[in-house]
Amino acid sequence: MMALCDRLERLSNAFGPSGRERDVRALLRAGIAELADRIEVDALGNLIAYKTGADPEPRLRVMLSAHMDEVGFMITEIQKSGLLKFQPVGGLDPRMLPAKRLVIGDARIPGVIGAPPPHLQSAKQASQPPRGSGGQPVELDDLAIDIGAESDKEAEAKVKVGDYGVFATQFTVLSRDSSWPTVRGKAFDDRVGCAMLVALLAERYPVDLVVVFTVQEEVGLRGARVAAYRVEPDAAISLEGTICDDLPRPPDVDLTPVTRLGAGPALTLMDRRLVSHPGLLKLLRDTAEAEGIAIQYKAPGLGGADSGAIHLTRAGVPATVVAVPCRYIHSPASILNLNDMENSVRLMAAALRRIGREHLERAG
Amino acid sequence: MDKAGIGQLLRQLVAIDGPSGVEALVASLVADLARDVATETRVDALGNVIALRRGAANPPGRILLAAHMDEIGLIVTRVEDSFLHVHEVGGLDPRALLGQEVTVYPTGPRTGQTFEVSETLKVFMDGKGLPGYIGGRPPHLTAAENRDRVIPLGDLRVDLGLPRAILESGLVQVGDRVAVRGPYTELLGGRVVSKALDNRASVAAMLGALGYLAAMQHSWDVYAVATVQEEIGLRGAITSAFEIAPDVAIAIDVTFGATPGLNNAETVAMDKGPAIGWGPNLHPGVVSALRKAADAHEIPYVVEPLPGDSGTDAWAIQVAREGIPTGLTSIPIRYMHSATELVVLADIDRTARLLATFIGRLDDAFLASLPEEV
Repeated sequence: MMALCDRLERLSNAFGPSGRERDVRALLRAGIAELADRIEVDALGNLIAYKTGADPEPRLRVMLSAHMDEVGFMITEIQKSGLLKFQPVGGLDPRMLPAKRLVIGDARIPGVIGAPPPHLQSAKQASQPPRGSGGQPVELDDLAIDIGAESDKEAEAKVKVGDYGVFATQFTVLSRDSSWPTVRGKAFDDRVGCAMLVALLAERYPVDLVVVFTVQEEVGLRGARVAAYRVEPDAAISLEGTICDDLPRPPDVDLTPVTRLGAGPALTLMDRRLVSHPGLLKLLRDTAEAEGIAIQYKAPGLGGADSGAIHLTRAGVPATVVAVPCRYIHSPASILNLNDMENSVRLMAAALRRIGREHLERAG
Repeated sequence: MDKAGIGQLLRQLVAIDGPSGVEALVASLVADLARDVATETRVDALGNVIALRRGAANPPGRILLAAHMDEIGLIVTRVEDSFLHVHEVGGLDPRALLGQEVTVYPTGPRTGQTFEVSETLKVFMDGKGLPGYIGGRPPHLTAAENRDRVIPLGDLRVDLGLPRAILESGLVQVGDRVAVRGPYTELLGGRVVSKALDNRASVAAMLGALGYLAAMQHSWDVYAVATVQEEIGLRGAITSAFEIAPDVAIAIDVTFGATPGLNNAETVAMDKGPAIGWGPNLHPGVVSALRKAADAHEIPYVVEPLPGDSGTDAWAIQVAREGIPTGLTSIPIRYMHSATELVVLADIDRTARLLATFIGRLDDAFLASLPEEV
């Protein structure tokens, strides 16, 4: 548990927006050097680790993936005033951006997204919303990053157009209670998956295992697609940090949360990009039952993961997703329960020991 | 004092939380920091820290410096499952609260609980509070017509990540305080970002001024007061101005620093020194003396026109007792009332120097000169 937590901490604090995953890759590459039989980095930057199976040939080739990239920012303009205009990299809700801290560029320059003082809201903004409605939202166009530069010249000495940024959030342990160990940090989507893959690589399974740490998931599942083409797996499972929505809600509203914290690994039935392969779902259900691991099902139709691209590769690949619920993903920080993470690793390791050709049958 | 010295002071001052009404932790820090540069320090009934630095044996007058040490924050209104409902204390903008880290100060029972109090919890409960995070429903799940609306504070929750049992045991009580988290971070150009620069930047300037005065001659007695509850109605200034009954007072606060996108007429230039307030709230003789002191020592400043309520402790102090000639110096900051307020350290130091210089120049004749200037 502590090893998982430590690895998650280092991965969470690392800088890795889509397209600039190099620091995360370096951290992971060092972490798996002793665990894999062979390691490759492909043209897009995916990190691919091969571990040959213990069974005699022919063996199944199972691909596990987790994405290294996180949502972030790209500098699009350096203004005369020294402020930096930006665009989100991946899906970010502009409503949560005012007054947030970032680090920018390879030199990790600290900056903040300014929030206009509430006292100085324009008449339009101030008059429109009735009290309690929260007022007019700040639009992306109104926001800029302040790094303390007084002029474009001063800013350009430190930052250039095209530099990437990420939230400056530091990993924090919230609860060490063994029945409810929680942590907070950025980029749990999907450094939680990366940390779990490293843990899974420690063991040699009957099947050939190919672990892929992908790039550019947040901008369209780009890395997983080419990695799956290269690997040609017989089956693929993506490990994710997924939406968790277990805030109490009014009794007249649909009461099904997407996932709940602490309720175990979340299996995907269907999301926006994938209908899970029934044989693999059965494998995971049967494994969970045999191992006594509580699981939950993610509410259908929400989000998407690398498996969405992988299952459409070449002539098609049986695929599914196993996810750790993360409250507040795609925000400066998320909260997860380490027990969910540990149980996801246990579930996946047991599934890798158990998987056979029968699990690739749709009738399975 | 130099910029680094001011930075050191400020770094310590913003590391402590003090939402309006519960400023005790900040108060004890301010009292500690004032000890070396004050003749005596005390804390009054409302929690104001009063640091007196004596002048001449027969001081011709007493001056009150007032810088509020409270900060905007939140108050717990309901505990539901493992989440907290909160209401604002002071003018926090809900637009900047989604995705914000906070610190919760629980006051509920901490002993005899059924759960195991972990090491982390002990550390945080030892006066440091618990780490929390302000979250809301994921945007994917918000009804389309609400997706572009600001989420009102009433729909946001503080998440401590703690087991439900701990919260059900009453650890966090309705009425407990929540402070916004926003650590001191250095940016380019001697600029610093932090929460609570409103108004710890001014507390740093006030303490810095006492430091400068320690190396100077001054005949007047100086009462440097770190006031409480400014953000919710200038309350600490009301009682401390009465109590001290000063001959002259200067409030030290922050003002809106020039920011691209904001109207220049409503803001003050950054890195051009403190703003000396001018308007009905401020005594013309005090304003004039502040400007002369700055001019004499080549301390840069700008004049900030304030046609009515200055929105600072000066507003309350001016009408204490039979009326007090009051001045105002303001440090420009960007992004006021957010967790990422931004200041130029040099402006804080310039404010400290201006205050010390002004006080050093106060003499026997100053009070007599004031009536002519009104």
